[in-house]
Amino acid sequence: MSQASFVTALLDPTLPCPAGLSAWNGSDPMRRLAVHRNNVVVSLIDALADTFPVTQQLVGEDFFRAMARTFVRRSPPASPVMAFYGEALPDFIAGFGPARSLPYLADMARLEMARVRACHAADAPVMTHADIYLALSSAHHLGEMQIVCQPSVQVVHAPHAVVSLWAAHQDALLDQLATLDMAQPESALVLRQALDVVVLPMSHGAAQFTQALLAQQGLALATAHAVAADPHFDLTTTFRLLLAQGALSTVLHHSGSPP
Amino acid sequence: MTPLTPTMAPLTPATPHAPLPARAGLGLKPQHFKDVLTQCPDIGFFEVHAENHMVAGGPLPHFLARIRERYPLSLHGVGLSIGGEAPLDEAHLQRLSDLIERCEPAVFSEHLAWSSHGGQFLNDLLPLPYNGDTLHRVCRHIDHVQSRLQRQILLENPATYLAFASSTFSEADFLGEVVLRTGCGLLLDLNNVHVSCTNHGLDADAYIDALPLQAVGEVHLAGHALDEDAAGALLLIDHHGSPVDEAVWRLYERLVARLGPLPTLLERDNDVPSLSTLLTEASRAERTLARWGTA
Repeated sequence: MSQASFVTALLDPTLPCPAGLSAWNGSDPMRRLAVHRNNVVVSLIDALADTFPVTQQLVGEDFFRAMARTFVRRSPPASPVMAFYGEALPDFIAGFGPARSLPYLADMARLEMARVRACHAADAPVMTHADIYLALSSAHHLGEMQIVCQPSVQVVHAPHAVVSLWAAHQDALLDQLATLDMAQPESALVLRQALDVVVLPMSHGAAQFTQALLAQQGLALATAHAVAADPHFDLTTTFRLLLAQGALSTVLHHSGSPP
Repeated sequence: MTPLTPTMAPLTPATPHAPLPARAGLGLKPQHFKDVLTQCPDIGFFEVHAENHMVAGGPLPHFLARIRERYPLSLHGVGLSIGGEAPLDEAHLQRLSDLIERCEPAVFSEHLAWSSHGGQFLNDLLPLPYNGDTLHRVCRHIDHVQSRLQRQILLENPATYLAFASSTFSEADFLGEVVLRTGCGLLLDLNNVHVSCTNHGLDADAYIDALPLQAVGEVHLAGHALDEDAAGALLLIDHHGSPVDEAVWRLYERLVARLGPLPTLLERDNDVPSLSTLLTEASRAERTLARWGTA
């Protein structure tokens, strides 16, 4: 019996037990194979439940686990590093028929996955006021200066108010849900501050600007991008926010090297 | 079964690692990180699952480094798929090698099992038949891991539920051959011995006696759950979610009486209780170790 047929039988409980398996007492090995079927599926569902707690709260444990079971059988992990299993769950949710009545569910899963990525991202020095002063004073072409974000920085845009919805599920603020307008688009900056992941609501323009920095655009191009997306974009406020929250790491000049 | 000629002499690590002390150790869980650092409990070592720490930054590397400064570390892999038909995942070996360099564990252990196939990771320790083909494959993989990591690894006996028509070795004889041919050590999981022997109608003492016990470098103790098979016979499930069973403590007493003190991990991965509860369970293992002399 090949491992391929064993895997197929593990992931599809409607299949018979592969040939060549037995039990010492002659009992049906199917019951014993079921231990592995259960281990595989339950441990993977548990891993997803750890990553997506608010997504689970929004639909309830039974619905979430049934949805995750379908996902797990269709998309088992490709890597033994389980922290990032679930990267593909938001897209799966977006196309999952039974979840269609909650159009913001996939975006909530995207926000929660961004938190996991931020949690485990590489450590890097945080840019200080002195760093930025030094960079500005030695810059020849301010517009071409490239600001490098912390590796943990993630930007989330959603056509629904998932940032507020996520916040309401922290600290038992669920009474705020009644006044929440889910049709309101929202953006958030997700990053790690020291050892803690934070989710900070951001204007659409500020989020576009940060995303442009993440795409390694220079200051002028990133600003133009943000203004085009949001006429109310304010570079000064946004820059101050990113600096104060420790979202920035270093400055690269046009040549791609630090000053 | 006549032992075959070893293909490889036992490995001497290129860099000496401080050995794991012959004391009780605990699995290190994120919910206990802060308690460990503030209480500094008197415990021999901590063990972590290698794959849980293969991340670039943030709280996991932060706390692991600080706790590693204070305690010896045992690194326990669950994802190499040593029993797999497929070649070992070189990217995963690189991650493992990087992690070993970062946290300098006293030992690295893996399982006589497989968990990946065809680019899919199943997150379970899956069984393999014990025969000439699988022996060659397992030895080839262990040789590769040991030369890649430049250190001896410990191989853990699995908890199994199924038997294979194609097996020609007992599990204990198979492990004996692997140890002989690769020079790897054994991580003897006594809960797995109890679980597997119950699940296959075998005698646990005889199983242990058939192992190359001189190769045991670490012991695992854990809990299991009770179930039954299709014929209503007792089927034990290895779940690491409850205290160590008395039957497993008995195997432990017998082993330590015979081999003397050994590094002993209390494994708890599910329904993890408070650190103090785990320390109480560890103190029982420490009393057994003390009864049979100091290392």
